[in-house]
Amino acid sequence: MTNEQIIGMPVPRKEGRDKVTGRAQYIDDISMPGMLHGATVRSSIARGKILKISYGSGIAWDEFVIVCASDIPGKNCVALIADDQPCLAEGVVNHPEEPILLLAHPNRHLLRKAVEAVSIEYAPLPPVFTIEKSESQAEIIWGTDNTFKKYCVEKGEVDDLWDKAAHIVEGEYSTGAQEQLYIENNGVIASFDRERGVTVWGSLQCPYYVHKALMRLCSLPEEKVRVVQTETGGAFGGKEEYPSIIAGHAALLAMKSGKPVKIVYDRMEDMTATTKRHPSRTRHRTAVDKHGKILGGEIEFVVDGGAYLTLSPVVLSRGTIHAGGPYHWPSIRISGKAVATNTPPHGAFRGFGAPQSLFAMERHMDRIAAVVGISPVEIRRRNFLKTGQTTATEQTIHEPIDLEQLLERGLTLMDYRVRKNRFREQNRSATHKKGIGIAAFLHGAGFTGSGERYLASVVGMQGLADGRVRILVSSTEFGQGTKTVLSQIAAETLGIPYADVEIAQPDTEQVPNSGPTVASRTVMVVGKLVQSAAKGVLQTLKASGLLPEQYSRDEFRDACARYVAEHGEFKSWVRYEAPPGIFWDDEKYRGEAYAAYAWAVYLAEVTVDLTTYSVTVDDFVALQEVGKVLHPVLARGQITGGVAQGIGYALYEKVVWQNGRMQNGQMTNYIMPTSADLPSIRVYFEELGNVHGAFGAKGIGELPMDGPAPAIVNAIEDALGIGFDVIPLLPEDIFQAITARRPANDAAGVQ
Amino acid sequence: MRSDPSDYELIAPDSLSAVVSLLAQQPGEWLPIAGGTDVMVQYAAGKLPARKLVSLWNLPELRQIEVSPVDVLIGAGSTYTDLREHTVVGGEFPLLANAAQWTGAIANQNRGTVGGNIVNASPAADSLPALLVYEAELILVSARGERRVSYLNFHTGYKKTLLAPDELIRAVRLERRFAGYFAYSRKVGARNAQAISKVCIAALGKIAGGVVEDIRIAVGSVAPTPLRLRDTERTVKGKAVDVALVDQARQVAISEIHPIDDIRSTSAYRSAVVANLVAEFLLGLNARGKGA
Amino acid sequence: MRNLGAQPEITLTVNGEEKMVRAYPMERLLDVLRHQLGLTGAKEGCGEGECGSCSVLMDGALVNSCLVPVLQAQGAKITTIEGLAQGPLLHQLQQAFLDCGGAQCGICTPGIIMAACHLLARTTRPTREQINQGLSGNLCRCTGYTQICEAVAQAAAQGRAE
Repeated sequence: MTNEQIIGMPVPRKEGRDKVTGRAQYIDDISMPGMLHGATVRSSIARGKILKISYGSGIAWDEFVIVCASDIPGKNCVALIADDQPCLAEGVVNHPEEPILLLAHPNRHLLRKAVEAVSIEYAPLPPVFTIEKSESQAEIIWGTDNTFKKYCVEKGEVDDLWDKAAHIVEGEYSTGAQEQLYIENNGVIASFDRERGVTVWGSLQCPYYVHKALMRLCSLPEEKVRVVQTETGGAFGGKEEYPSIIAGHAALLAMKSGKPVKIVYDRMEDMTATTKRHPSRTRHRTAVDKHGKILGGEIEFVVDGGAYLTLSPVVLSRGTIHAGGPYHWPSIRISGKAVATNTPPHGAFRGFGAPQSLFAMERHMDRIAAVVGISPVEIRRRNFLKTGQTTATEQTIHEPIDLEQLLERGLTLMDYRVRKNRFREQNRSATHKKGIGIAAFLHGAGFTGSGERYLASVVGMQGLADGRVRILVSSTEFGQGTKTVLSQIAAETLGIPYADVEIAQPDTEQVPNSGPTVASRTVMVVGKLVQSAAKGVLQTLKASGLLPEQYSRDEFRDACARYVAEHGEFKSWVRYEAPPGIFWDDEKYRGEAYAAYAWAVYLAEVTVDLTTYSVTVDDFVALQEVGKVLHPVLARGQITGGVAQGIGYALYEKVVWQNGRMQNGQMTNYIMPTSADLPSIRVYFEELGNVHGAFGAKGIGELPMDGPAPAIVNAIEDALGIGFDVIPLLPEDIFQAITARRPANDAAGVQ
Repeated sequence: MRSDPSDYELIAPDSLSAVVSLLAQQPGEWLPIAGGTDVMVQYAAGKLPARKLVSLWNLPELRQIEVSPVDVLIGAGSTYTDLREHTVVGGEFPLLANAAQWTGAIANQNRGTVGGNIVNASPAADSLPALLVYEAELILVSARGERRVSYLNFHTGYKKTLLAPDELIRAVRLERRFAGYFAYSRKVGARNAQAISKVCIAALGKIAGGVVEDIRIAVGSVAPTPLRLRDTERTVKGKAVDVALVDQARQVAISEIHPIDDIRSTSAYRSAVVANLVAEFLLGLNARGKGA
Repeated sequence: MRNLGAQPEITLTVNGEEKMVRAYPMERLLDVLRHQLGLTGAKEGCGEGECGSCSVLMDGALVNSCLVPVLQAQGAKITTIEGLAQGPLLHQLQQAFLDCGGAQCGICTPGIIMAACHLLARTTRPTREQINQGLSGNLCRCTGYTQICEAVAQAAAQGRAE
């Protein structure tokens, strides 16, 4: 048994020293001899046929490597779920910035000029840009009905409820696209030779996703494709599936030229051409009794997937399953739908559908409260899920989670009642109105339903000749602490110093497929496999007689070193096995959707300045139950970072679209908060443990994304008495709503 | 980076007179670049039409601030940080010091210059309303000599100024007569730093004998050039500040600006905010008049 | 035809060492540092002076090196993240970032440490507000700034400006 000297401690970040000294090597810091630069020629229209491609004058075209769709050795697709997305457009384009041609040249500056010298003639086709237009099917742009996927979750008898209800509350809530805005743009280097095949190094979350995509694209067998993750400067889902495209492009250029090719996007290309969070529209219709208890309801959840299927079915799945929030629904019908539009495909972004549907749910709870005539606190208290009850997918909550107590603690931490009273007084005459809002939510960690079983993750652990140990996983570090926490888990399990554990850089030639680094699964699922692999190492050493039952750290080191000396190599492998008692029905979308849920209550205190209509978040309490905190500094960092992104999602980050193209693709006009905009975010944890997670941990990476936006918009309603149902919510929107309520020439509440 | 450095020339003469001679010999050929916080952004975006640039960065004749008993001469090459750190500028010209502090963030302030801000002539430029209110005088220099121009007349249209092709701004002159005024300035942007203004305002006022003795208000981002709100000033001057006057001032302010819808904001929002800021200024002025 | 004569020799001091580079005068200081001098600590996050990940000190002043034509750095003293571990205070900033979780993905870290360095050289005991203002030109997408500000406060408390 462990006595937890490493787990729960703020051990140094494994790669931290390199990061603070500027030694960490990101892809654009790396060059190779003979390397060419690559660039992409992209569509300037949203939808149409490609008629003609012309190569302009003033460019020495014979110096350039040019790749088009017909150069693709394998299948012209970005292999993911469906094969509908081409790697390079062939004959037709379906979104602005769709890649059509690739160019490479030793000189990046000449390359840029060449890109600008390519002109393309199109015969435009009518594009579709909104969910409504897509749903209307007036123009079919994908498949037979513009619909990527549908889900229906049903529990109880929804249709019988309406007559019994004391109140029927309806609402419609919308969320906009959001750019991941990792500070390091997408970038890769690819090389090719006949012997070794294709190698790609790059900024990415999922080396094996890229590996699979390259096999198909380049028509190469498994052993002739190698993908290596380099130090990655932020990802948040934006480098989950997208890198398969940029890697494919660089690989094609490398194959054609025989030289290494580097493609690194600049900020505008990255913003305008790569994935964003799915915009959404949620419609609620809820039957409640006279005490505000939910009898049941219907939720329609729709996401805009952009031009191709990519990961939309999975985003839709998570958003659908989370749509009912942490509440007890005796009956519910959730209809989820992902539709196509002629915009660059939307993709993974921290939260992955849940921030969208939970925004709606938490706004809707405040609306229900207002209709019933009770407080936002009371409505939640009366409807929280309790141990033994079931979720919308009829998953029984077994753990002793007490959401009322969690809420009460959140209120105390925010000094809620005292502040609310003070604000009510002050707001009577202030030009700055203050309010507090609440959001309560849950987030399921790991892949949905049978997803983890399907992934069949494998983890390896290697004993080294010097007696230290190396973890072999494809799970990537991109700031969240993968290397550190997995090393802690290994060290704790083995009973050896943290410094004696290293973790291999994810390289498909060296590490097994432990699944993608997504879905908040790394610590919980992969960590548990790391634990198992470590136990395997111990078993092997003990069975060999080299290690006694009780051993010291030195004895472990000696035993390990001797085993390697005697056997040449020492690797322990484990494969994921679904825990017993987890049942999921993919047809009916019913059962245990997730192995574990983390639970949270977030509170936001805001000031609305009626002179400028802008909102400042003055205080933020993020309280969550996470199973176990394995590393206090890293865990806190995940929450503060996620809350900051959530604040951006609510108040600052608007994608301005025109004809399907992002108009504000620069850091100067796509606005994320600076340090001067955010309060110190207060983070608190509770720990109930989790049998399915390493040392009791649950996934927490995405959880903090779900709460801030509804908490803030609820706070604004508390401050102003005006409910907003669309985010991002900008001062211009607040101004418009305030003016709509007042006489024309009295535009502000200035006394 | 969307420009090719090999397509550009940049020279850095070591004196102002050398630069002035160059501009005289080849007027309109050389684009002056000081701290580069505007020019280099255009260059990186591939949107800089000029191919020949002459550097003004750190020229000692331009980067100095001279104080006399009656005025302050701010060299056009003074950075925002130079303005922020200067005691007299901070003490007597707070509108300019404030504007310097909310331009971009520290790194931009260390490089951006007041001359560059004026010549770039963006209607959203942060320091320009302050210069209008302080009624700055520009000292322009060319091979033909020096001339002085009231800053009030300097902007002739959207990004157009009185500067001749062979001319530079040498210095900005501010008269030291505003210490007794109530000063009010505010920038409204999408966030608290690194934001281009949606609206910005600089204002000075003085109350004597219960009425507004002097008042100056200038706004940015609501017209093709930074704008003095002359009609609003006329409406308020000589009167006592009361609720009716504030309301009237709000309406007049809205009537004399020309805001647009653009990527950052809307015309309706800008109008409303300008009106609110004018009201906030007048209420503050009034409170000062009563208190001080 | 590229004119090598159009690439003058430019001398500058980088991290205490005199360097001579041949570069087009409009080459960005950022690119000269990264490609010619092998100092890849400064990063390009936006190329427009908004994110601060290219921040270096030029004659003691924090600047965005993506906006500095290298000719304007002629004769200047440049300090990059690679030059920081020499003085004790600066090492404390780096250590504080490690202790407090100030670096997650690390891409903004070199720039934001330079900004913190610049701040602490001018304000030895900055308030929380001053720290927020001093770092407001450096965007971090991972941390939400909370632990970064704590790191700067810790470093300030431990040492004093040189």
